[in-house]
Amino acid sequence: MAHIHPLPKLLGSTVALKAAMAVSGLLLVGFLVGHMVGNLQVFGLFGGREAMNAYGAFLHSKPILLWVARIGLLVMIAIHIGSAMALIQRNQAARPIGYHMKKPIASTYASRTMRWSGPIITAYILYHLAHFTVAGVGIPGYPLMDAQSRVDIYQHVVNSFQSPLVSLIYIVAMSLLSMHLWHGLWSLFQSLGLSNARWNVLKRPMATGLTVFIIAGFMAVPLGVLFGIVK
Amino acid sequence: MKNIDLTLHVWRQENPKDTGRFDQIEAKGISTHASFLEMLDVVNDRLLAQGKRPIAFDHDCREGICGSCGVMINGEAHGPVRGTTACQLHMREFDTRGIKELWIEPWRAKAFPVIQDLVVDRSAFDRIIQAGGYISVKTGQAPDANAVPVRKDDADQAFQAATCIGCGACVASCPNGSAALFVGAKITHLGLLPQGQTERASRVLNMVTKMDDESFGACTSHGECEATCPKGIKLDVIARMNGDYRRSVAAGG
Ligand code: HEM
Ligand code: SF4
Ligand code: FES
Repeated sequence: MAHIHPLPKLLGSTVALKAAMAVSGLLLVGFLVGHMVGNLQVFGLFGGREAMNAYGAFLHSKPILLWVARIGLLVMIAIHIGSAMALIQRNQAARPIGYHMKKPIASTYASRTMRWSGPIITAYILYHLAHFTVAGVGIPGYPLMDAQSRVDIYQHVVNSFQSPLVSLIYIVAMSLLSMHLWHGLWSLFQSLGLSNARWNVLKRPMATGLTVFIIAGFMAVPLGVLFGIVK
Repeated sequence: MKNIDLTLHVWRQENPKDTGRFDQIEAKGISTHASFLEMLDVVNDRLLAQGKRPIAFDHDCREGICGSCGVMINGEAHGPVRGTTACQLHMREFDTRGIKELWIEPWRAKAFPVIQDLVVDRSAFDRIIQAGGYISVKTGQAPDANAVPVRKDDADQAFQAATCIGCGACVASCPNGSAALFVGAKITHLGLLPQGQTERASRVLNMVTKMDDESFGACTSHGECEATCPKGIKLDVIARMNGDYRRSVAAGG
């Protein structure tokens, strides 16, 4: 077939940018699932302090893998935010004069606020990194050490979430993430062109189920600390 | 039959350059049997009798098949009844809903500039069709009816997509001003039939490129288009367009 359109133009189309958002979004969701499952180790049932601190020490003993994962995540976030900003700009330009009256019929609160939930989640991620990963913002004596002189991640978590304010910030961020994921997990099938008459009915329940699974897992940690299950 | 009194707020704009404004017009004694366009006809007769300029609105078939008549009525494309064009909308629908005040606006999109009042220029759709919404065949004798077999499911889906009348309600109701439902309908209609296969890969690239060049926005799966489409075109035509696009680019553009 003749090359009618140059490849950069094809890869910069609205359809291609949405596909890039979907792929990057999906990989970020994959990371979230892993992160959430890892967090659950703070519960005694899954090993508690010992499991959590050993897990952290294990990750830090593999610096190359760790940095490959970190850079991979940064690239995904850059692709996701970059295409989001390009598309938001085009979508706003597509309707320079709005309506006096416009009734939403099928769209949801989640779908209409993607461009706000996304940046708020990003701001939260920056705070989260400053909090646990880089600087221990809000954790006196960071980094704490356990008896085997490993970083005492478990104690960081407990000390942090005993503050209702820190827990509240976390819970609010997870609520926004839940909306972003709920719409995103259904929208990405559309963006990637995955449609099948028999399976389409499962998309919404799947998005709801996976969102509940991820968010419940994340929220369990601050709630566990606040209610004294993790201490 | 029953007559109702309505207050209209109609967008009036002299020409594409005019900034435009809403005019309040009292529409008294409108038959509930009238269609929405017939109501506008009645109002226009009265305006003419008063020596005023009638409201410009687009219409042709008045039977829901040409796609000319779309306007925004109280924030809903083609008004409050689903699966219905403005010409097929009857005034009783407002009566039963207790609606006495109507805000009537033209489609709003950069790609659909207002010509006058409620009339917009939808030729951007024509240019998207010209970019690839066709099949190239040798003309001549009509082929034998069953010479090229088509699976029943495919025929049904293609036919459903082919019912798109190009009215533009999907663009008008989309918060992003996206034409994805319209383009997806064409991609689906032609891409499911044997006659559409030869140009299938180039079609999607050409039509999507044209759609972007005409400054339509991107789909973010709000679903407003599907909800307001008078022909019931479904969102999965957009997935099909995206899938065809992905495969065509992967095959080398
Ligand atoms: C500044 C940060 C972010 C912004 C501005 C942003 C914005 C967006 C926007 C505008 C969409 C398209 C929504 C739609 O189709 O209606 C989207 C989709 C999505 N986002 Fe984000 N987002 C951000 C961060 C994230 C993060 C951190 C994750 C995951 C952990 C994520 C996961 C997803 C997924 C899975 C989709 C679905 C892709 C699709 O619609 O095809 N986003 N995002
Ligand atoms: S897809 Fe539906 S709303 Fe869009 S132009 Fe076709 S008939 Fe009108
Ligand atoms: S006038 Fe033809 S569809 Fe309404």
